[in-house]
Amino acid sequence: MSTDTDSDTAITAGVARADRVRDRRVRRTLFGCAAITVVTTLAIFAVLVDNGFSYFYGVKLHEAVLGATLDQQVSLTEFVTGTRWAPDHARPSHGILPIVYGTLAITVGSAFVSIPIGTATAIYLSEYASPGVRSKLKPTLEVLAGIPTIVYGFFAISFVTPFFISPAGDLLGYNAGRYNLLAGCIVVGVMTIPMVSSLSEDAMSAVPDDLRNAAYGLGATKFDVSLRVVLPASISGVFASYILAVSRAIGETMAVTLAAGQQAQITGNPFNEIMTMTAYMVSMARGESAVGTVEYQSLFAVGMVLFVMTLTMNLINDWIKRRYREVYQ
Amino acid sequence: MSHDTAESLHTDDSLRWEKLKNRLFLGLCISASLFGVVALVLLLADVVYESVAGIVEFDISIVHFLTQGARRDPEDAGFMAAIAASVWLMILTTLMAFFIGVSSAVYLEEYAPDTRITRLIEANLANLAGVPSVVYGLLVLAAIVNGIGTGSILLAGAIALALLIVPIIIVATQESLRAVPDGLRHGSFATGATRWQTIRGVVLPAAMPGIFTGTILALARAIGETAPIIMVGILFTARTPPGPFDTFSAMPSQIYIWAAQPQPHFHHLAALGIVVLLAFMLSMNAAAVFLRNRYETDL
Amino acid sequence: MSHASTTAESEDSSTIDTALSTESRDDRSSRPDETVIRSSGLDVYYGEDQALDGIDMEIPARKVTALIGPSGCGKSTFLRSINRMNDLIDVARVDGDLYFRRKNVYDADVDPVALRRKIGMVFQKPNPFPKSIRDNVAYGLRVQGKTDDVDGRIEEALRGAALWDEVEDRLGESGLELSGGQQQRLCIARAIATDPEVILMDEPASALDPVATAKIEDLIEDLAREYTVVIVTHNMQQAARISDKTAVFLTGGNLVEFGDTNEVFSNPENDRVEDYITGKFG
Repeated sequence: MSTDTDSDTAITAGVARADRVRDRRVRRTLFGCAAITVVTTLAIFAVLVDNGFSYFYGVKLHEAVLGATLDQQVSLTEFVTGTRWAPDHARPSHGILPIVYGTLAITVGSAFVSIPIGTATAIYLSEYASPGVRSKLKPTLEVLAGIPTIVYGFFAISFVTPFFISPAGDLLGYNAGRYNLLAGCIVVGVMTIPMVSSLSEDAMSAVPDDLRNAAYGLGATKFDVSLRVVLPASISGVFASYILAVSRAIGETMAVTLAAGQQAQITGNPFNEIMTMTAYMVSMARGESAVGTVEYQSLFAVGMVLFVMTLTMNLINDWIKRRYREVYQ
Repeated sequence: MSHDTAESLHTDDSLRWEKLKNRLFLGLCISASLFGVVALVLLLADVVYESVAGIVEFDISIVHFLTQGARRDPEDAGFMAAIAASVWLMILTTLMAFFIGVSSAVYLEEYAPDTRITRLIEANLANLAGVPSVVYGLLVLAAIVNGIGTGSILLAGAIALALLIVPIIIVATQESLRAVPDGLRHGSFATGATRWQTIRGVVLPAAMPGIFTGTILALARAIGETAPIIMVGILFTARTPPGPFDTFSAMPSQIYIWAAQPQPHFHHLAALGIVVLLAFMLSMNAAAVFLRNRYETDL
Repeated sequence: MSHASTTAESEDSSTIDTALSTESRDDRSSRPDETVIRSSGLDVYYGEDQALDGIDMEIPARKVTALIGPSGCGKSTFLRSINRMNDLIDVARVDGDLYFRRKNVYDADVDPVALRRKIGMVFQKPNPFPKSIRDNVAYGLRVQGKTDDVDGRIEEALRGAALWDEVEDRLGESGLELSGGQQQRLCIARAIATDPEVILMDEPASALDPVATAKIEDLIEDLAREYTVVIVTHNMQQAARISDKTAVFLTGGNLVEFGDTNEVFSNPENDRVEDYITGKFG
């Protein structure tokens, strides 16, 4: 029996109140989970700054704020200008430049592999390949990005260096070591090819066919269309893929540790061993350095520099993506 | 000469150069595409060759390799403890990352109002995905291993991996939730369901295959991650399978230890370890593809 | 603008209850009308656009009320504002009053979830859940906590939706296995399983073939024995066949004619409505 009074109360909060309360409780829990991702970022930043501070001043930042006396052990000037990196040495020195150089050398060197090859692959996939070929080639290349980086490191020392780089070094009159910069550049370059090729191909495929047809109508060849129409029209997306590949190369750890070595030096010879910031972090973790030592603290100072570098890349990437969207509106 | 149409439709010298240029360019593009494929084949062939060489030249017994823990002596070393550690890592990582990742995605897709906080969370996700994995290791090293003082235990490694893959699971879950037609949501609301009843009763079940697929792919990435494990754990050769509160050496870190040794015997052990690791990843990927194909047509 | 029949106000609603469901259609239509839903000065906006403009309407109990008009005229918007499905659209805004019995559903203390438990809805495109037939019908029962005699209610709902004979042996199969017409009847079963007072239907047959449409139309007439049915349709013949009351919306979200279906179709007061019904407009 439903009377007017029944219906009136039935649609006010009463009936579904228990369900409503649960809905709100669930909503709060879910929000809490989403907030964890923000907390993670803040925690990363806090941990790096807090511990990195102790590398320079002997006490953590929060301890300093609470009144602990500073005991300067490393000067910021030495850190950013020094050219010898050996915090764990008997005669320590704290110039980060050699390992920053190592990271940049790997990044630039690998970009020389991944960018030309990735871009040419993307043009082939987008402009030449039949749908059948594309549907097989693209996922095959993406397997390259899925292989653990430790495997690339193994590949470098067991194949790339002995079978390519040593013979090439002999030919050119250099003595290539077991670990060398060139091997690191090659394997990191190979593993980032699919980032460039897949994302660039996405950008190129998004170029409207009208543009291509207009160019063909003017008597352009496929070469002209690819390089003078499609590539310029998709350049922001293509560029974003480069940034992503470079960002990945900066943070790359295991492959460069195994391939390029752990000797911090600034060298122009690609057959020499170098050390990246990430390789330094692995070597310190291996050494089981005790908490509170300068070596342990240095991990976080280096980590901070690394974090800032990749964050910068991500922000550039974001900025390009936003511009990219505007172009197509 | 352009006046003479019949003549100018034939290929002249400048067009011949155009054609050559086009052919060269296509050749270049095809070579570039093949470069990646060749690199992949070489890499896999190298790993297989080194493993087989280990079995043939150094008499490594596969059974021994798969059933024994690691030893300092290469003659006697096995992969069992590392495999067990990785399986534990995967289980614990899944327990932590799946709930947090799916919950966050449900909040962002189904509940979140379009506010600055929501946009901040979304932007932060993109940023987190770009943070190098080694940095996650640093975070857990400082905050949990030494901060809380757990020491280099397996659970700490699992936390690092969970933090690493949560953003990946969130993005995959968001995509699956977006693929659920709004008609289903409206059908549920119209029966008087609350938002949560709608999500639990209709939206999540419909999105689950996609969520599982994304989670498995994220785990396949986590199982091969080496850097955070090395930052968190102490590098050593683990003799016996660890529990969640023991120190540990997982598959990738054990491979690193072996690969970094000078003796060739260890190299072949590393190669065999890689085969096992890739086999794990391959089966996880196969499971993900199977799930996707099995449930793809249902909606 | 013509309003609902004048008998509505004089009606003593307490004398009418659901026991009427056993009465034949003729008995039912001879009775004075009881108003279940009354809108007064209802405006709906989507952002800057006004979708409904000052709608006054009284929808009688246990009758079929058809809302017709050209596409974009606001008839679906009106339907969705009855059970507050418009709440799900961020930019939608409602002014004016809409009463369900004597309660304004846009009052602050009204819970749309509770409202929708009283007012079921069937959509244009059949939207069964990717669950078994049984679970589809049981869904609303579970949601609303009506967990006693679930099997009995499922059978009753499926019989009510004229689907029982076709599916009684395969209740465990997925609802998506059914044909389009069966899916739509499954959605109707889902809507009536929880025993709402009103059923809203948004062009329920527009995605179906003629045979399935005929079945749905028969079903709607049967449903009106027990439920108040409000149906949006773009098919005027359908409205003429199955409805007791007809509301004609024309562009701009205006209700231009409302009355007994026979009156509206045979002798419309508004010239534009006559043009629309005879096909000169729309």
